[in-house]
Amino acid sequence: MANPTSKNEVVATTTKSPAQPISSLSVLAPAIGWLVPGAGHLIQRRWIRGLLLMASILIMFVLGLLMQGHVYQPNGGDILDILGFIGDFGAGGLYILSQAAGWGQSAISHATADYGTKYLIVAGLLNFISAADAYHIAIGKKP
Amino acid sequence: MTLALSHFSAALLFSLFASVVFGITQRNIPREQFLYGLYCFAMFLGGVFVAGWLMWLLRR
Repeated sequence: MANPTSKNEVVATTTKSPAQPISSLSVLAPAIGWLVPGAGHLIQRRWIRGLLLMASILIMFVLGLLMQGHVYQPNGGDILDILGFIGDFGAGGLYILSQAAGWGQSAISHATADYGTKYLIVAGLLNFISAADAYHIAIGKKP
Repeated sequence: MTLALSHFSAALLFSLFASVVFGITQRNIPREQFLYGLYCFAMFLGGVFVAGWLMWLLRR
């Protein structure tokens, strides 16, 4: 009878994917992609993808601000405020710019402002996905 | 400058931009990316209509 532990080890070794070498691009692409939406794809010459991502995330963020959406500050209070900050922070350079310029600091006072707040959060979350995609391209997992 | 969108137009724009990002990031080849983006957009929009009718029924 086979030892179950050794059998598990064999399965684990055969299913483990080979380690990817860390290249400078695999670090740079997601970092730049986070800072400037779509730029992680552009530096890898995925022009159309990069421009579409940049336009989508940028327009969404700007629309959120124009709708008087609220940009969350770093905080340790209410869980929804913390999650709101994490979402907003995903927008990278756009978030830093909005903080520096003092945009989105007003209270949510009407329905449109609430939509705007959601636009800002989702723009950041989509940018996280976009940066992860840039990483997958950099390591050769995606064409 | 303040932008005042209706609930429907806000949902429509949201669906459009989210679908573009989903399409590009969740599929590998351009044709699949386009089709998946279209699928997501249809699902978002369908969800808006279904939720709208559900709320109308609940209100009655």
